[in-house]
Amino acid sequence: MSEPEPQSETQSNRMLTVDIWRGDAEDGAFQTYEVPQMESQTVLDVVTYIQRKLDPSLSYRFSCRVGMCGSCAMTVNGKPRWTCRSHVDSVVENGRIQVAPLRNMPVIKDLATDMSVFFDKWQKSKSQFVPTDGDASEFAVVDPTSKERKAASAGIECIGCGVCYAACDVVEWNPDYLGPAALNRAWTLVNDSRDGDAEGHLRAVATDAGCHACHSHQSCARNCPTSLNPTASIAGLKRKVFAAALKGRL
Amino acid sequence: MTGPHVNRIAIRNHPTYWAFVLHRVSGLALAVFLPAHLYVLSLAIDGAVRLDGFLHWAEYPLVKAGEVGLVVLLAAHLAGGLRILAVEFLPWRDWQKTLVAIGAAFALGVGVLFLLRAV
Repeated sequence: MSEPEPQSETQSNRMLTVDIWRGDAEDGAFQTYEVPQMESQTVLDVVTYIQRKLDPSLSYRFSCRVGMCGSCAMTVNGKPRWTCRSHVDSVVENGRIQVAPLRNMPVIKDLATDMSVFFDKWQKSKSQFVPTDGDASEFAVVDPTSKERKAASAGIECIGCGVCYAACDVVEWNPDYLGPAALNRAWTLVNDSRDGDAEGHLRAVATDAGCHACHSHQSCARNCPTSLNPTASIAGLKRKVFAAALKGRL
Repeated sequence: MTGPHVNRIAIRNHPTYWAFVLHRVSGLALAVFLPAHLYVLSLAIDGAVRLDGFLHWAEYPLVKAGEVGLVVLLAAHLAGGLRILAVEFLPWRDWQKTLVAIGAAFALGVGVLFLLRAV
């Protein structure tokens, strides 16, 4: 008598109806698939199931599967999310899930977007660290309890997944807007005591498409998977830019 | 940018977004109202009879109800503006929902007070 095969996944008889966006930058439509519902199943598991078992032509992007790389973000039932950290149980509505590519970025194919516009804006916001000590001959002594360091530390855990950028209406209304992630990065540098060009960072974001374009909707903060608050960072930049402008430094 | 048509309400359905919408809508409504307001004031220059005629019309319940709505919009716009100033010029506070709630309570409170005086 042979041993029954060990079950690696707990599969229920329930089926999930999944609407997946299929198309490219020009055109597309939602296509519906039926996927067996499983215990502890994530939305990424669902997308992977469709690609491996139902339709190998489906394109999507993922890497680590554990919420560290930020490459699997998609729009799930209208909200941008890391699909690897989104349990089906927490997002399913009447047995149905809709998965679409991230908003505000051109679609390459299906669920994969071209994120270069998002990363180009990190460059435009001059978010490169400018060392004060060029050869780093000494260890920088940073007081972890200082107000500036606390402000910088509050924003540094961004992994560049693009969820905030996709959640932001201002990005949609003004395609030049630098967006929450790039501005949040600028705020961490402005508050970094080791950075030598705070005014340069402020000048780069003190434009019509910079920090002042933010309407403080706070959709970025609401959707950030790492619970960062780009709106607070942008509000900080507005205050710093205002103060610097009053002093004639911009 | 061509993209899928997804439910846009899901991403916008939260208190600080609604506060933004209310601030915009009340601002636009007040901008539309302002010329009418100035026109009525100008009636006083033309003569008391015309102004009194209008003020008599303004006593109708429906017009009074509209006036309450206007006062609520004005108070909402004032509270919303103060909230934006607080967000942009004061150190960040994490109780943003509370700020929105205070603004909404202020606007409705002013509306209720006006209603009590009107009836």
